[in-house]
Amino acid sequence: MANFLFLTHIDYTLIVVALGAALLGTVSGALGTYAVLRRQSLLGDAISHAALPGIALAFILTGSKTPLILILGAAVAGWLGALVILSIVRLSRIKYDSALALILSTFFGFGLVLFSLIQRTGNANQAGLDTFIFGQAATILERDVLTIGILGGLAIIIMVILWKELKLLIFDEGFAASLGFPIRLLDILLTSLLVIAIVLGLQAVGAVLMSAMLVAPAVAARQWTNKLNLMVLFSAGFGAFAGVSGTIISSSTTGLPTGPMIILCATLFVGISIAFAPKRGIIFDGIRQLRNRRSLKLAVSRLLKNPQKESK
Amino acid sequence: MPNLNLDIILIAVATASACALPGVFLVLRRMTLMSDAISHAILPGIVLAFFLTHSLSSPLLILAAGATGVLTVVFVELLQKTKLVKEDAAIGLTFPALFSIGVILISKHASSVHLDIDAVLLGELAYAPLNRLKVFGYDIGPTSLYVMSGLLILNLIFIIIFYKELKLITFDTSLATTLGFTPAIIHYGLMTLVSMTTVGAFDAVGSILVVALIAGPPATAYLMTDSLPRMLILSVVIGCVNAVIGYMIAYVLDVSIAGLIATVTLLVFAFIFILVPNRGLLAIARRHIRQKWEFAQTMLVIHLFNHEGLPEAHTESEIAHLHEHLQWEPTFASQVVKYALNNRYVSQKAAQLTLTDRGRTIAQKALVQ
Repeated sequence: MANFLFLTHIDYTLIVVALGAALLGTVSGALGTYAVLRRQSLLGDAISHAALPGIALAFILTGSKTPLILILGAAVAGWLGALVILSIVRLSRIKYDSALALILSTFFGFGLVLFSLIQRTGNANQAGLDTFIFGQAATILERDVLTIGILGGLAIIIMVILWKELKLLIFDEGFAASLGFPIRLLDILLTSLLVIAIVLGLQAVGAVLMSAMLVAPAVAARQWTNKLNLMVLFSAGFGAFAGVSGTIISSSTTGLPTGPMIILCATLFVGISIAFAPKRGIIFDGIRQLRNRRSLKLAVSRLLKNPQKESK
Repeated sequence: MPNLNLDIILIAVATASACALPGVFLVLRRMTLMSDAISHAILPGIVLAFFLTHSLSSPLLILAAGATGVLTVVFVELLQKTKLVKEDAAIGLTFPALFSIGVILISKHASSVHLDIDAVLLGELAYAPLNRLKVFGYDIGPTSLYVMSGLLILNLIFIIIFYKELKLITFDTSLATTLGFTPAIIHYGLMTLVSMTTVGAFDAVGSILVVALIAGPPATAYLMTDSLPRMLILSVVIGCVNAVIGYMIAYVLDVSIAGLIATVTLLVFAFIFILVPNRGLLAIARRHIRQKWEFAQTMLVIHLFNHEGLPEAHTESEIAHLHEHLQWEPTFASQVVKYALNNRYVSQKAAQLTLTDRGRTIAQKALVQ
């Protein structure tokens, strides 16, 4: 009987974690589409690292470890980091990649300073820092799933409401500006949506791997379609599927951490998509080229055998 | 205990210099994020080499991790070559995947190996001098000081020997190809050095803060100069200054040294970003204001010049009239008139403005342009 209870307990935890990972994959997959199409795939990486001082400051100021407060701190710091990156690029000759690398690493460094300060005052153990960097999907509770669902759902709803504007922004910024859309505002809004997706994922997959949650599903989805709405749908689907399958695989064997497993699943989807996607994929492209070459060869040989008839 | 640890300062300075040199070329070639990717992706290389050597500072480890770094670059470029994935996405796909493999390797074998992943990722400069290099039983100093100095010398030699080639592929890749250089060789040479420097530095500062040392000082120097040699020297100097100041503050506050060096890097960048002459925020704002007033004065003299000697000149050259004609607020108009009077573009008699010779030439020049 005790054994049986133990099993149901594990299953229940697994279901909660898988649900959380699936929701997370859906949100980051959908929003990641925009980052990838705007060639800002690594903005997510910067935001997730830049969030560290926010978590530390939130803890120092409030003294609480409530996830929602820490998430809020992370969001503010990540958002600030993203804005600083965009401003540096706009106001100086520093290129996007340098600004990104600079803010990512220095914000993170400042966060480390704050954490070492917390540690020194003996206020808390370092568990918070480790969770932040590597994530601990296993610690996802029902409450966290609810948070991810509500905030992530909100982000998706905003995305759907502003569908037309965001579409215009990512494909033709100049045209959008000429039509009178507030480009800078939309840019900040889109970045804010990314920030929401990222801070929600920090607890589960951690800062280092969060960027892949945004990039991988979107890149996989990109191979299957040329339409934005389908790409967002596919990407969300891939993200959710990666979340669930990663969770299940990691729970099947001991010593397989969930976050990295989710990322590897998503990366596998990218590999499959790049190889097998019907229009863009490497394999079908190769077959098409082979067929073209053969038909060209046939045409040439026919031409050589029977020049008069063919030339007419 | 008021003695600063000289070993730590030396290690920090050597690491900062070794990172800044290749960083300059990464910043100029817009490939800074490659260092971020490499610094994460070398984790599986470090883990595998650690399984073999059971030491975090063996030369084999640096070679293995360096090779993983180059492999990362190759992966990213292969992905890009399929034309199905853009460069940023290719980087964003490759390093998390490799990093995941590293984390899984560690947790799979957590019981049999003792590798502290925090040490790899975050580093701790304070512990770096504890690992001593011993020759014939004599303690000749901390291992990482020798490792970083070696890498610094290696980077220096590479840059000195291939300076011309590096410069060419940085600023004009196609010309380099036309002239018969093979950009690929220099490119991979540079990437190998970045990988090895990153691996050497993670021991001291951790893999995430290596990025601050690689990107920060060169980006700061890039704001200050247009010449490559000057940028190289400035980057090294800024890197060293950041490292020393960062260590001292961290010493006083008793906090993470590497973290504080990164924080100082950001602050120094912000300081230069705002204050550097000609390109700084302050200079830009000041130029903006000056141009506004200059433009307004030119408008004023052109206005006066257009109506000079004509019947309506009397009304048009009244100060109060400027509000109507140029749509200037009265306060703004009187300010412009004041500047114009100071510059002797116009002279004032009661409320009437007349052009001086100087003002007339300005107006003529502006109209011709």
